[in-house]
Amino acid sequence: MAHVDTSKPLEYQTEEGRLKILGFWIFLGAEIMLFATLFTCYFVMEGRTGNGPTGAEIFEIGPVLIETFVLLTSSFTIGLAIHAMRLGAKKATINFMIVTLLLGAVFLGVEIYEFYHYAHIGAGITVSGFTSTLLTTLGTHGLHVTFGLFWGTAIILQIAKRGLNNVTANKAFIFSLYWHFLDVVWIFIFSFIYLKGML
Amino acid sequence: MEFFERFAIPHPSFLIYVAMASMIIGAIVIVAGITYLKKWGYLWREWITTVDHKKIGIMYLIVALLMLFRGGIDAVMLRYQLAMPENTFLDSQHYNEVFTTHGIVMILFMAMPFIIFFFNFLVPLQIGARDVAFPRLNSLSFWLFFMGMGLFNISFVIGGSPDAGWTSYFPLAGNEFSTSVGTNYYMISLQIAGLGTLMTGINFMTTIFRMRAPGMTLMRMPMFTWSALIANVIIVFAFPVLTVALAMGTLDRLAGTQFFTTDNGGMDMLWANLFWVWGHPEVYILILPAFGLFSEIIPVFARRNLYGYTSMVWSMIIISVFSFGVWTHHFFTMGQGALTNSVFSITTMAIAVPTGVKIFNWLFTLYKGKIEMTTPMLYSMLFIPLFTLGGVTGVMLAMSAADYQYHNSMFLVAHFHNVIIPGVVYAMLAGLTFYWPKLFGFMLNEKIGKATAWIMSIGFVLSFIPMYITGLDGQPRRGYTYSEASGYGTLNMVAFIGAMIMSVSFLMLVYNIYYSFRNSPRDIGDDPWDARSLEWATNTPIPEYNFAVLPQIKSREAFWDHKYGGKDKDLFAGQKIERIHMPNKSGVPFIMNVFFFVLGFCLVFSMYIPAIIAFVGVLACMAHRSFEDDHGFYFEVEEIEEIEREKRGAIK
Repeated sequence: MAHVDTSKPLEYQTEEGRLKILGFWIFLGAEIMLFATLFTCYFVMEGRTGNGPTGAEIFEIGPVLIETFVLLTSSFTIGLAIHAMRLGAKKATINFMIVTLLLGAVFLGVEIYEFYHYAHIGAGITVSGFTSTLLTTLGTHGLHVTFGLFWGTAIILQIAKRGLNNVTANKAFIFSLYWHFLDVVWIFIFSFIYLKGML
Repeated sequence: MEFFERFAIPHPSFLIYVAMASMIIGAIVIVAGITYLKKWGYLWREWITTVDHKKIGIMYLIVALLMLFRGGIDAVMLRYQLAMPENTFLDSQHYNEVFTTHGIVMILFMAMPFIIFFFNFLVPLQIGARDVAFPRLNSLSFWLFFMGMGLFNISFVIGGSPDAGWTSYFPLAGNEFSTSVGTNYYMISLQIAGLGTLMTGINFMTTIFRMRAPGMTLMRMPMFTWSALIANVIIVFAFPVLTVALAMGTLDRLAGTQFFTTDNGGMDMLWANLFWVWGHPEVYILILPAFGLFSEIIPVFARRNLYGYTSMVWSMIIISVFSFGVWTHHFFTMGQGALTNSVFSITTMAIAVPTGVKIFNWLFTLYKGKIEMTTPMLYSMLFIPLFTLGGVTGVMLAMSAADYQYHNSMFLVAHFHNVIIPGVVYAMLAGLTFYWPKLFGFMLNEKIGKATAWIMSIGFVLSFIPMYITGLDGQPRRGYTYSEASGYGTLNMVAFIGAMIMSVSFLMLVYNIYYSFRNSPRDIGDDPWDARSLEWATNTPIPEYNFAVLPQIKSREAFWDHKYGGKDKDLFAGQKIERIHMPNKSGVPFIMNVFFFVLGFCLVFSMYIPAIIAFVGVLACMAHRSFEDDHGFYFEVEEIEEIEREKRGAIK
């Protein structure tokens, strides 16, 4: 690369890297619109349960707390991974990223259980306007996490093979932005879907 | 055999068989032609795998022009059906399909790629950059758009076209009332093309924020770049809403969910709201770049600086904010209370204010200018009065109480064609004529060009003014026929004649391209219009890296000042040529989107196993991109000097 500004952290050192980070922030802006639309639809459809169950009837606090706990923790560990990356500790970066992805996988497992449970108790996606919107909103978040697992794995492999450099550090940093964003969305889901529905 | 029955057309007719045959013959001719001329390698190397913003732009342009004619044929069919009372040229089902595809093709597959062509071609040149921020993503955007377009266009020969209107309102678009796969095509092809547009939005926002030449502050950007920036901000914030709406519509149709159904808590109005929360900003995505082009063209041919630069910028920013707050005016009659309607009435009328500011700014630019009436200028001069007329009828429609009279009538159809044709289409044609020498190295013939503009405008007035009258008289939109007693016959015949005159003008446009290609001189230099902004400072044809050295900007009209001894007279002076880093070509975006096409096609027909296989293909291409170690390549100093010498030395 032509101009490398070594006064900055690795991921910001090249112009290409800086462009990618800004571009990703703009993409997150679009993602905010996506989830904002889903939440708006959810608020509209919340009471439109037809013959199906209401939120209060199907939400269970147990799995939701597990999901919340593991996802918030994973946000912390991806922060640690980036911290380790800034210190130049390749091994610690990889390990914290692996922990992050494992926590993400646990989250996903619990969410799959939750969906299975909903389908089992007669709250499948085709039951009512409410269940359709609920499961689509949760599912969109879940799909983002799933995609993140594949993406994160690809980045771990690249760091392991090529070490920490401008390119891999940039990828890991952008991945951390994505992962934190999913956490923020989950906080909204937890507060405005589950807590609001159970109260 | 049963498996193949699903691909049959539900309502076949002679016209569709003709279309089918002509499509197949056309495809054979193209494939045979390319093979005969041995151009497959050239096509792959120079176009399909390209990441150069200028070439990607030209591909958008080609698609836009093709779709202009595809949508235009639809339009002529519609007008011919309505030309006489109780005409039997199209039956009701075909009429529904034709007006649906006309709307989608013209908005999403003609107007959108046309403006994205201008983004691609102009923005990097106007800001003095060497490419967009993410060249590979740009190629991906194009192929996403292209495959979405392709998927939509095969609908009428495989499985049947969508027939629920371009707005696709539920429950009409639901499984109960739209039984063919047509609406599946709508949902999925728009989703794929929409993803491409979203990527374009992100790409150009980043480009404009970060890649401007040294000294070019935001308030020194050319007006088209400003309009592109704002349109792309709207894209990034509006298209995710469409993504959600289309995903929900797809789920409703394929998985039996209850979003837009009429029982079990479904809500059909949710679709209408989501669609227009995207749909209204969408019309500003189209019109703002059109305004930007007029703002480039008018100062050049009035020989004056653009009047009121700052107010132009602020009026666009205000329009972009308001554009998200007016969507309900598309369905004033569909059940909101008086208070909601009043609020949206006021916000809608408020948009007329910044738009009016822009009209006056153009008029003041002309005032005391040395006006030179070239073809692009003629389009601009026809645009101002015709567009203002459309704007005024828009304010009429914005009055929610009065809208009960206009709603779903031909008056509305006349209104939006009156803003889109003189607004967007004229801007596109004016821009195309204006930038043609920069694109292809020769000018389009002025005489034919001006005649085209006049004939188009006469045709336009004859087509659409009668619709205002029949609309006020009660002729509904989307009605496939009317009785003789209604008395709409004469005016509809006039509209058909107008449509035919417009068709003649579009054929003249094609003839002009052919004629000029044969006859126009090629030694026109780099700046044949004596224009003002940076894109004219490049060599024609533009080298792959655009600028050998980056311009140093000191004013808004940098190139003009450079030519006429203002602050920027040393625009390129005193700089050494350095090696230039450029991105590599790649075929992966194309291959990935072939998978996307297969995925979309399989989903349309609910064939899930091949859909999953195609989706894995998409993911594999993404993984390939992630693991690929691609550092681009360099133009070395000697190479650049060689190219620049050949092009008569731009290093002044």
